[in-house]
Amino acid sequence: MKILYGMQKPDEGTIAIDGEQVTFSSPGEAIARGIGMVHQHFMLADNLTVLENVVLGGEKLYGIGAKARKKIKEISDAYGLGVRPDALVEDLGVADRQRVEILKVLYRGAQILILDEPTAVLVPQEVDALFDNLRELKAEGLTVIFISHKLGEVLKVADDITVIRRGTTVGTADPKTATTKQLAELMVGSELPSPETRESTVTDVAMLNVQDLRLTATDPDGVVREVLAGIDFTIHKGEVLGVAGVEGNGQTELIEALMGMSIPDGGVITLDGKDISTTPTRKRREGGIGYIPEDRHRHGLLLESPLWENRILGHVTEKPNSKRGILDPKAARKDTERIVREYDVRTPGIEVTAASLSGGNQQKLIVGREMSHAPKFLIAAHPTRGVDVGAQAQIWDAIREARREGLAVLLISADLDELIGLSDTLRVIYRGRLVADADPATITAEELGTAMTGAARGHLEATDNPSAAADGDTTEDEAR
Amino acid sequence: MKKFDKDKVLLAIAGPALALVSAFLLTMIVLAASGVDPIDPLRVMIDQASYEDVQVLILNQAGIYYLAALAVAIGFRMNLFNIGVDGQYRLAAMISAVVGASVSLPGPLHVALIVLVAMVTGAFWSGIAGVLKAKRGVSEVVSTIMLNAIATALIAWLILPKNLGVQPPGSNDLTTGDIPESGWFPALTIGDGLEVYGFTFVAFALGVVYWFVLNRTRFGFDLRATGASESAAQASGVDAKKMIMTSMLISGAVAGLAGMPLLLGESHTYNLSFPVGIGFTGITIALLGRNSPIGIFFAALLIAFIDKASAGLDTAGYAKEIGTIMQGLIVIAVVVSYELVRRYGIRRQQQKVGQELAAGHALKTDNKEVAA
Repeated sequence: MKILYGMQKPDEGTIAIDGEQVTFSSPGEAIARGIGMVHQHFMLADNLTVLENVVLGGEKLYGIGAKARKKIKEISDAYGLGVRPDALVEDLGVADRQRVEILKVLYRGAQILILDEPTAVLVPQEVDALFDNLRELKAEGLTVIFISHKLGEVLKVADDITVIRRGTTVGTADPKTATTKQLAELMVGSELPSPETRESTVTDVAMLNVQDLRLTATDPDGVVREVLAGIDFTIHKGEVLGVAGVEGNGQTELIEALMGMSIPDGGVITLDGKDISTTPTRKRREGGIGYIPEDRHRHGLLLESPLWENRILGHVTEKPNSKRGILDPKAARKDTERIVREYDVRTPGIEVTAASLSGGNQQKLIVGREMSHAPKFLIAAHPTRGVDVGAQAQIWDAIREARREGLAVLLISADLDELIGLSDTLRVIYRGRLVADADPATITAEELGTAMTGAARGHLEATDNPSAAADGDTTEDEAR
Repeated sequence: MKKFDKDKVLLAIAGPALALVSAFLLTMIVLAASGVDPIDPLRVMIDQASYEDVQVLILNQAGIYYLAALAVAIGFRMNLFNIGVDGQYRLAAMISAVVGASVSLPGPLHVALIVLVAMVTGAFWSGIAGVLKAKRGVSEVVSTIMLNAIATALIAWLILPKNLGVQPPGSNDLTTGDIPESGWFPALTIGDGLEVYGFTFVAFALGVVYWFVLNRTRFGFDLRATGASESAAQASGVDAKKMIMTSMLISGAVAGLAGMPLLLGESHTYNLSFPVGIGFTGITIALLGRNSPIGIFFAALLIAFIDKASAGLDTAGYAKEIGTIMQGLIVIAVVVSYELVRRYGIRRQQQKVGQELAAGHALKTDNKEVAA
């Protein structure tokens, strides 16, 4: 992908566009040949309008005024993108931003579109809308490369599938005949893992209790905004509480409040009977909170440090890493080797830097590290994001294993199948509030997706008609 | 495993080697371009270093530099750029000289008091920058540069005879009065009255302490973790603000020590000719020595050598500023070549890990396919 977009040079091999061999040494050259890339993380300036964002860097094409606006309208209408050129990007939702990204690429005359995990941040309804857009593009003669690890989506939208594993093509498939199972087997080279949790291990011993947690933030322009409000929940020993929600609805803040990285404006957090509301992060960690961060590069690893130092990170005061303030590198190294072995971290050794491992292996190291300190309560934020299918299964196994032994887990994820499959209880977070709850045994991804957009509240009942779920609110009120 | 370690050592040496070779080449180009023989001045400098008295000068200077560079390195490990080592060092030397001259205590206590006052003064001065950074987010680069200027003005005012200073009879110099002999640090005498400051050995011993604290204690791990990734350190339970304060204070305290070899070993007073710019040289040395206590040791020796040996260039008919040019070029070369080597190292390791895994994995899948 990086090579196609000119960000990296290949050691060997050739790229041909329309039968003509090409080489790129910069993204600029790739763009000039009609290749456009929509990144997983959006590259938009929040405080500019859509029009400004689109023309940024492409001022020479159609200027920055009426001509550019006309062109944007034209593209938007032609492909049914529905983009409003004068809206501020910060006011747009994730799906709209993604359409702006696509438009930006088309504006520069792309004939080949690369989409990198475009559905990771979308709810199911938005995914369908995106697929409609992609079909429009296809109908207009554009080529789309759709990179995803969600097999169902690939089957739904693609005309031709290539499976890549560890940097080599392992096979091609025809979406008309292939099944997700076959694809997954190609991807991992073995059986398809599923997040399904079999027997319930929920006990009635409360491990973590959160009462009326509140957090406000002041925007740069002085407006005080509620980030978290009225958060109440209890996680029991052996229970996985899943929190569904579109990103940016308070999940990050909730995690930071639980970890002690930010100080909430109100509320009580109780872990295993002890009030930890004002306890500093390190004491909380020592007290048995394990943490799989949502952004492992920012919060979980020292990328340029060797693996064994990363094994110490977050647990520097605990055995086997140190004794009475003095580090014990020998014991830490030995234990790192154990983690590498037990959690199947694929690495040539423990002296290599964390940055040289793949995302899945980095994540397995983090999971192993957190599990090694017998946590009472685990915060798992997007534990399998950007992780290959094989590692995904291993991480799920690790969480399930710990849950059986009485671990309480807070699972925050954008992968609805993961949430439904792994959780014992489900809650939906929307604009900083837990607005709905659901039984993972009966709920479907679509119903959950509806609740994530704020359309449904209260207890979500599984019905054949998804729109009926929106009425769950009243049903529950009556029940009370 | 072995292979990676060998790589690591090679890469660690490659950085400084590349930097020094290119710095010397550049110096020769500069010399040639200005119409001077590019080789001869270097020969003169190396000649100089063969004299015993110059060697002692170099060693003494290296001790001073070593302390200043350690102070800078502590900041670097935590991702703080303490440019204020110079001001911290001068103010600490001045205040401790005043205190040392005004009391009389039995030997070791007197020395200990002077050293303690120097450390506290240095820590206080850097602590101002620490508070500003922790509480208000003021960049320590800006505040320490300003504190340097303030220290210069403050010292100039304090050393006036009407304040704390003394004007020795028949001299234009201003001093802080002489520290009695009980406040002198014993020196190592070699041959013809040549003295190696005793404090030089304290300086090098401090390097061992530095290594131990950073690499073998929880505190050191937290400090390095914060330097490597503040967000990750915070998530791991480090109080970032406290860490900024602590490391700034330690850096300042060590900076305060940088004046001690000279004060306790030779001048026994702070006067107008007390050296300026030690702290800046310390930055060069910390960079060149890659913040490692051993690296800094050799870097300090090298820079001290350039300093002291270039003094002899004058008598040989060359400008002694050649030494300054050389030091400047070393800084540039160090920054560039370390970054190049670092990037190369990361890329190389990633490739290697990829290759080794691919090879291992290929074996595995082969087996599976055979089994199936």
